[in-house]
Amino acid sequence: MVSCNRYAQLEVTTTKKAMPSTTPENVITDQMRSFIGVASRPVSYEISRWDVARFACAIGDANPLYSDEAAARESAISGLIAPPTYLRSLLPGPSHEPFPEPFAHILDAGSRYRFLHPVRVGDVITVSRTLKDMFTKSGRLGTMLFKVREITYTNQLGQIVATQETTTITYGERSGDDAGSDFGEIG
Amino acid sequence: MSTPQEGSLHRPLPGIHTHLWFEDVSEGDELPSLEVHPTTQQLVMYAGASGDFVPIHYDMDVAQAAGHDSVIIHGALKSAWLAQVVTDWLGDSGWMRDFAVQYRGIDYPNEKKTCRGRVKSKRVEGEAGLVEIELSLEDASGTVTTPATALVELPRRQSR
Repeated sequence: MVSCNRYAQLEVTTTKKAMPSTTPENVITDQMRSFIGVASRPVSYEISRWDVARFACAIGDANPLYSDEAAARESAISGLIAPPTYLRSLLPGPSHEPFPEPFAHILDAGSRYRFLHPVRVGDVITVSRTLKDMFTKSGRLGTMLFKVREITYTNQLGQIVATQETTTITYGERSGDDAGSDFGEIG
Repeated sequence: MSTPQEGSLHRPLPGIHTHLWFEDVSEGDELPSLEVHPTTQQLVMYAGASGDFVPIHYDMDVAQAAGHDSVIIHGALKSAWLAQVVTDWLGDSGWMRDFAVQYRGIDYPNEKKTCRGRVKSKRVEGEAGLVEIELSLEDASGTVTTPATALVELPRRQSR
């Protein structure tokens, strides 16, 4: 099950910007490396007309393929589909254990999608995420930890409908209190 | 809303039953641009619809503590607008195979953003007519904060 307020639990330390004591060399531990290649617990979502329409409304996209059933049925697509980035709302499940995140802040660096089949209203999409790679860089924000993850979206017919490779950056020292909490995941 | 530009391919509104053919597309063609005027309300709507509740997108204190004047726009919301440039252009006559986006700069609500697309190249692979598109999101000052690329397949008149 996906906790619906995972992000709300993210503690963001504020007030002072401590100089990071970490260096790029000592950030990635063996324990962190053990997460590479391990898939998250799969989570399945029934794609409802209402949820797709709500997402399309939130992004401001009035395309009838997402919200006008009659028009979508007559189109070459033959029915309501979800916008491409709707996949972002199908949150992956948790990893097998909380990732030992060393940093306090998170940034989304980007995504690469491959779209193989439409996501249709009525589909059941199963989502699985795997950490592919981790590396560090130094920059304006101090030491930054990059995580590259691949998320696979599979429909009820067993077809992979899409993949998303997503890169997130974490940075900034955390306080002792929130060390080890897992905010980790965007998308 | 989509604003057709002079010299751009005519696709004035998001719609379907479009007949965009591979043969009609040329390198350098501009896709109709998409101008958006995001508000903090839209960021809250997007947080709710996407499940992305990272507080820097709705909590002013958190955003200011991180050095920003205001809450910041979700990268994934920017990617939705950039993808829409492509899907508005395609209608129901093609398929976006790949879409890649890089969040290089921070963007803030209550400022106009303009999303643009341009045909970078086209080629035939097997039976498929493939078109590469370069995309960008510009802030109100004209700075590109978010480049992206897409690979789309378009139907071919001459196929088979």
